[in-house]
Amino acid sequence: MAVKATDFLIWDAAEGAYRENPEQIVRDDVEKHHWRHVGETIIKDWRLYVMLIPMLLVFLFWRYLPMYELLGCFKVSDEVKPVAEQYFSGFSYFKTLLVGGTGLSGEFWRAMRNTFLLSFYGLLFGFPMPIILALFFNEIRSNIVRSTFQVVSYLPKFMSTVVMTSLVTMLVKQGSLTSGMGIISQFLSSIGLISYDVANAGLLNNPNFFRAIYLISGIWESAGYDSIVYFAAIIAISPTSYEAAQIDGAGKMSQMRYVVLPSILSTIVIMLITRIGSLLNVGYEKVLLLYNQNTYVTADVVSTFANRYGLEGANKGLASAAEMMNNVIGMLLVISANTIARKASDVSLY
Amino acid sequence: MKRKLETSELIFKILSYTLLLIFSLACLYPFLYAISASVSGRTAVDYNQVILFPKDVQFNAFGRMFNDNMFWNSYSNTLFLTFYGTVWSLFISILGAYALSKKRLLFRRFFNFFLVFTMLFSAGIVPQYLNYLDTKSVFNAIGITDDKWLVVIAMGMAAMNIILLRNAFEGVPSEIEEAAIVDGATEFQVLRKVYLPMCGSTIATVALFFAISRWNGYFWARQMISNSNEHPLQVFIRLKLEEYTDSEAMAGWNEVYASDSVIYALIVCSIVPILVIYPFIQKYFAKGTNVGGVKE
Repeated sequence: MAVKATDFLIWDAAEGAYRENPEQIVRDDVEKHHWRHVGETIIKDWRLYVMLIPMLLVFLFWRYLPMYELLGCFKVSDEVKPVAEQYFSGFSYFKTLLVGGTGLSGEFWRAMRNTFLLSFYGLLFGFPMPIILALFFNEIRSNIVRSTFQVVSYLPKFMSTVVMTSLVTMLVKQGSLTSGMGIISQFLSSIGLISYDVANAGLLNNPNFFRAIYLISGIWESAGYDSIVYFAAIIAISPTSYEAAQIDGAGKMSQMRYVVLPSILSTIVIMLITRIGSLLNVGYEKVLLLYNQNTYVTADVVSTFANRYGLEGANKGLASAAEMMNNVIGMLLVISANTIARKASDVSLY
Repeated sequence: MKRKLETSELIFKILSYTLLLIFSLACLYPFLYAISASVSGRTAVDYNQVILFPKDVQFNAFGRMFNDNMFWNSYSNTLFLTFYGTVWSLFISILGAYALSKKRLLFRRFFNFFLVFTMLFSAGIVPQYLNYLDTKSVFNAIGITDDKWLVVIAMGMAAMNIILLRNAFEGVPSEIEEAAIVDGATEFQVLRKVYLPMCGSTIATVALFFAISRWNGYFWARQMISNSNEHPLQVFIRLKLEEYTDSEAMAGWNEVYASDSVIYALIVCSIVPILVIYPFIQKYFAKGTNVGGVKE
């Protein structure tokens, strides 16, 4: 706070002279005292602040400095110069992306739509799966059988994205003169779900199948692991609740509806907030490893768009602008989801 | 007390068993198939005669991998990144989380927000990449020319893990800490002798999260490590797969194994270490997700 000389002195018309301003003296004292207190505390607990420093530095350098680099989306791309010295170009990149009218703008809108759709379908089909699994796990009374099922279903979560996508690529690969198509394609075409020619051309080369492959491999990967948190909520329900419901004549479905669901609702809400918050944050690594030129139509998301233009190409400013829009909308989504949840049900993440 | 099951319960139970069995088999099948295909003979793999069990068993695809120096290089690079990366991330997270768990820390809300904001908003991959280039030149200037160290230091910090640790530290009763301070323990001794032993399982969980993410790290390792001798295993696998999809010919015409077997052998090599330690560590992972609730 800037302090002016006249804050300390006020004109006293009765005496015809300046005198000290009593309010300011008090304010000043509080502030001084406060800051003396701060100094004392920091010196007393200096070890705590020293412990904090490495973490702050790492986050500053590799989480916050990139946000400063993000300013490059308002500047003319110039790899040689640091961001601060580049020429300001206003919103021209945003304009090119949003209303450019060129092929680029169309590509950006396609990437936005794909990002949204991939996440939305993921939410629609992927979100209920862990809950259903947890309900099923709860039905199994034998501990050994249940934990075997659980441990097996968590397993895919610990495979790396590269291993997972390599497996997927191999399992649905195209057939050629020297070798047959992937075993999953073979299976699907033999039971008649897809035609032989489509399967033989390679499912990953076909834009119609990309979303299905992405979603199913996503569910395969994480449904089991995500069910842990719901299962923990379900086994926390007291057995007396079930007994009371049974005495009242509740069948299995009614027990689900009136005992289990209300008990795990808060967990569901929290998980839903997290999912909605990351709605525009699709796993770019997985898309990057699964897509190819043939499937850009359905597979290209904003991050891979940015990767293609910014890292593989040289259009860093444009790519930054695309990611900035994506991430700002994503942040607004998580904040609003959180606010709505807090208003509606007293459950919130932050 | 045995109670006769009602019809609806019985149906639900049968349904649960069946669907869980199918789901578990679906989870396991790709791995089993990969193992079988990596050790099966050439014609068996090429003509899809391998369904579940290996046929015409050979180990030459593995032999080829094991004779490849680049493979062992990438394996040792992955071990390097996993070990030093986990130690580094854990060190920083424990210190930071300990400080954040203390009510007497000034500007505590600000520091928490500093952390949580990185979960809400990320700059995106292009600005991050540019930033890595900048920090790389700084690192080179002070004499660290090895890209691996930059990956170790710059990557893999996760706000979520620090919050898990912070919540665990907050759960330690303050009387124990006070007793230690009365006995003359310093801040660091309190952390080492009181907090670390009491939060052992949470620390193990977080350490495993870090280790897995380091072991599995691909994108930034590929972007940031320019020397191909320093690539970790995941990058090596991906490059081999790209080589395979480009040419479809990994194996010479006179080999006993199929091209596919080479890729499957690589995949198996990458997942075997995880499969071996998985039964011992899975309970920590199950625990990690239950420590919920982000507070500010």
